[in-house]
Amino acid sequence: MNFFLTIILDGLIQASWLFIVALGLTLVFGVLKILNIAHGSFYALGAYIAATAVTMVAARGLPPSVGFVAMLLSVALIASAVGLLLERGLLKMFYGRNEVVLLLVTYAVFLILEDVTKLIWGVNPIYATQPYELFGNLEFAGLYYVGYDLVLIPISAVVGLAIWFGLNRTVIGKIVLAVIHNEEMSVSMGVRVNRVYAIAFAFGVLLAALAGALTAPKISMQPGLSSDVIILSFAIVVIGGLGSVEGAAVGAILVGLARAASVHLMPQAELFMIYLIMAAVLMFRPEGLFKRETARRI
Amino acid sequence: MRKGLHPLVMIALVTAVTLFGRVLPTWTLSLATIAASNALIALGIVVLARTGNVSFGQGLFFAAGGYGVALIANAWGLTDAVAQVIVGAACGGLLGLVIGPLIARYSGIFFGMLTLALSMVFYGALVKSTALGGSDGFNVGRPSLFGMSFTDPREADFMLYAVSVIVTGFAGIAATILFRSEFGLASLAVRENNLRVEYLGLSANRIISINFLIAAIFAGASGAFALMAQRHIDPQFAYWTTSGEFVFVAVLAGNQSVAAVFVASMALELVRSFSNLYLPNTWQLVLGVFLLGVILFLPRGIGSLWIRDRHKRRISATVPLTAERGAAP
Amino acid sequence: MTPVLSVRRLEKRFGAVVAADALTLDIPTGQKISLIGANGAGKTTFVNMVTGYLKPDSGTILLDGIDIGRRSPRSVVRLGISRSFQIPQLFVELTAAENLTVAISGIGTRMSLRAPAEAQGRRDEAVELLERFGLADLADRPISELAGGVRKLIDIAMALVRRPKLLLLDEPTSGVSAEEKFTTMDRVIHAVAPDAATLVFVEHDMEIVSRYADRVVAFYQGRILADGAPAEVLNNQEVRRYVTGGVR
Repeated sequence: MNFFLTIILDGLIQASWLFIVALGLTLVFGVLKILNIAHGSFYALGAYIAATAVTMVAARGLPPSVGFVAMLLSVALIASAVGLLLERGLLKMFYGRNEVVLLLVTYAVFLILEDVTKLIWGVNPIYATQPYELFGNLEFAGLYYVGYDLVLIPISAVVGLAIWFGLNRTVIGKIVLAVIHNEEMSVSMGVRVNRVYAIAFAFGVLLAALAGALTAPKISMQPGLSSDVIILSFAIVVIGGLGSVEGAAVGAILVGLARAASVHLMPQAELFMIYLIMAAVLMFRPEGLFKRETARRI
Repeated sequence: MRKGLHPLVMIALVTAVTLFGRVLPTWTLSLATIAASNALIALGIVVLARTGNVSFGQGLFFAAGGYGVALIANAWGLTDAVAQVIVGAACGGLLGLVIGPLIARYSGIFFGMLTLALSMVFYGALVKSTALGGSDGFNVGRPSLFGMSFTDPREADFMLYAVSVIVTGFAGIAATILFRSEFGLASLAVRENNLRVEYLGLSANRIISINFLIAAIFAGASGAFALMAQRHIDPQFAYWTTSGEFVFVAVLAGNQSVAAVFVASMALELVRSFSNLYLPNTWQLVLGVFLLGVILFLPRGIGSLWIRDRHKRRISATVPLTAERGAAP
Repeated sequence: MTPVLSVRRLEKRFGAVVAADALTLDIPTGQKISLIGANGAGKTTFVNMVTGYLKPDSGTILLDGIDIGRRSPRSVVRLGISRSFQIPQLFVELTAAENLTVAISGIGTRMSLRAPAEAQGRRDEAVELLERFGLADLADRPISELAGGVRKLIDIAMALVRRPKLLLLDEPTSGVSAEEKFTTMDRVIHAVAPDAATLVFVEHDMEIVSRYADRVVAFYQGRILADGAPAEVLNNQEVRRYVTGGVR
């Protein structure tokens, strides 16, 4: 029994940060119709910035809680700025081009950010472990967990609910939803799509970077981080349905559980499992599990 | 009629380039070998892209070719370079034959994602398979040719260079003929409007599958070359960033000229070796900036530098066609 | 004489909207039939079902006795029904001649991977077909540079390549100016005559309908309101009320 509980808890811990990353990816796709290959790079960027912030705070002898807050704030600030800058300065030039061209543009951004992170932070692994001890160790149903890991679960739930609330209960959220569902109509209703694009993209970057920051204390930051994460988040949004918030949640939980289960049961099948699920979903339900009604055009 | 080089001229060109290898310095020789091998797989992407579908998972067939050759080489001692290329092409082709019809009905980013997913399934399986060396991969011996083994590294390099240039050259000639054929034109038609293709009684899926198969064969053969050049294989062959580089070459080349694929591939390898030499950790940066520049300023690839827009040159420059009524009776 | 197309009790719904309500219709060889009706009356749905683009909910469509109701567009085309589209469906980056070349090379069972697309015989055939529409001088222009009216004609030429038993034209004169509509239609009828004996065209313009159709079928809310000779149908009370709006 404990064994299954372990898998489920481990899976949820995985799912929590994966969900935040995937949420950003799915939001950007929903609004801008861009499948952002560079999304994993923003995750890595967030993780690296967090590490720098944490290290700087620790060097001044301040407690890890300050480091935790500092890393979240610095990541939020820098990521939104980077997002706005990229959307207004670069992506804007390619709107109206074929979706595959946009995919290639984000691939170029991925390549550039790969080296930018290497140039800033080097190629050796760096760590930011101080906040990891922040919440101590917890006993849960006879199992010991690092408190920080467990705290990630409510954090991601809060983020998810906040996004859901923001989209469905606020004016700006409803405008964003309108653009997602029918851009032409929104334009004719007077929505300033450019502004929505910029906000949505910056928000997507912010979410990826936030997830990076939250996981930074758990992992070692080194090159290759971004390409692994983008692959996982692609799988999640494809499983859940591109552009769907609920889909991202379900996809993240599925992928998180699949990862945890294969780590415990069949370590050799991890990536294989996830991609098999994704390929199967694509084969049988190309729109993802949470299919959105699409207008038929003749 | 579209103008183009006669196949015989192209054969002469391939021969000349092969012989030119005799006077090239060794480092250029191995660089050119890699460039030719990458050009082959990128050419496959271009072939497929003419139907409007970009594969982000050619690494799957690249790795299938590489692993297939490596396993057979180690198990049965098959070292002949030409035989290895054929085995690699067959491995890629077999896989392409199975996968192509399954994914032909997807288009745009779904096609890209699905190919990427399949290559990552393979990657995931390779990393965890201890029998194949896991993430470290394994080594293979030096290739031979028609019973000759090459102990002098320079001779060995030249042999590999010659085989890769000749094979890639012939693939290029075949692609040129294909592009000009009725099948090639129908492939472009699929990209433009697959609904109309179906309404002409043609199967868009079949056209895509055949192009997919060709791309897979090229990728498999290219995997065999990469294996022979490195004498080592690991799961990185199937990783998505590997596929990404091939897509890069294809985008840089554009789909108008086969020669452009070779130029693009060579340019990439030169940039790579120079930035490795002088500016460590910037080569992807250079690549990314380059890619953005190409998409912005040369959306049809570097091939458009000498091909121009194939329609523009036929039209007398004096007639403006913007007037609505201009062309109507 | 047996009809080339025979439709029995065809039904199609999109949610609450009834697009085809027990449609029953026979089309004999050699007729020129015009389908009229307001927007949403079910004309295009009918064309889409007959050409395999939409699957009917129930009912049968027989082409020379073969049920084609569940077949794909490709299969229906191969059996002898071709169509043109309201919005021309062409390969816009290719030239007019290349568009028709693709159509011509689609006739055979196998396409050559080696034979040049612009082999002389095939090109001649393409140009000859364009000539019939008076468009031979535009053969080497890419579609993207051609005006809407010309595209409509080329779209029809594409459908003609297979010499269909039945040709369906979806609004051949929409987007053509009032002064040009008769010349355009004359040209279409003339060009189509040698290759397509039976013609069905969806049309909004009653002048065109009364001038070119042998028979008119009026649609209203997925049903056939009236079916008969043009004069008779166009003067039908219900047709005047629901379809032509009593204007003419």
